[in-house]
Amino acid sequence: MEAKHVMGEDKGRVMLYALSTCVWCRKTKDLLKTMNVSFDYTDVDLLNAKERDEAMEEIRKWNPLCSFPSLIINNNCVVGYDEKKIRELLTI
Amino acid sequence: MNNGKNWTEEDVDRLYSKLKREAEAAGYYLNPDEAFTKDLVRGLLTNEARYGYQACPCRLASGIRSEDLDIICPCDYRDQDLTDYNTCYCALYVSQSALRGETPISPIPERRPAPDKRIQVGQGAARMQSSLAYPVWRCKVCGYLCAREEPPEICPICKVKKERFERFM
Repeated sequence: MEAKHVMGEDKGRVMLYALSTCVWCRKTKDLLKTMNVSFDYTDVDLLNAKERDEAMEEIRKWNPLCSFPSLIINNNCVVGYDEKKIRELLTI
Repeated sequence: MNNGKNWTEEDVDRLYSKLKREAEAAGYYLNPDEAFTKDLVRGLLTNEARYGYQACPCRLASGIRSEDLDIICPCDYRDQDLTDYNTCYCALYVSQSALRGETPISPIPERRPAPDKRIQVGQGAARMQSSLAYPVWRCKVCGYLCAREEPPEICPICKVKKERFERFM
């Protein structure tokens, strides 16, 4: 599974599990772009069955509900579009 | 796979108007942020093209209808979320106070159980012995009740299909 990369300032590992149809996921991507943060993302709904299972297994470790967006910032997981928490975790 | 970028304004407006009309006729409200709401409508169109039904744009559908019934829009969780949070999970639907701007429309927690905790269709629906003249069916989306041999084809309140009804009494 190849995550898509968005160039920006390096803030450590920033990985977004998203859905291409989800508006809150889009807002999360837009926020990270606005903040000029380097991040990777995967639109899980666009993956094939095998890749999707792998992605879900990874998401489950961080967020047992496997809901979207799930944003992993280093050792933290932000579930849902939580602008305040995302800004806090990325303002170090 | 349909990436949902090719819907015309006309496609989007058609579904948007239908949803708005049906919502308002039954005492529900679409999110007044029209651009946001139309993005969700695009997601519904994409999911309909992809899976054959309008699965919630903000949840991952399995593609197996019987496993996704609870997240076909309007989802089984909408009404409780409107009560508790003034918006449904994706924020397509909002409460009257959110419509008026009295309560904020912001992301809410997921109410749908985790994948390993979901009850499959047919499970938990114990056969009921009843002395009633007719069985009572409940719409899992809006709570509409009716006493008749079978649930209606379409819920007269929230317009979901017969498959969304459960035996209540």
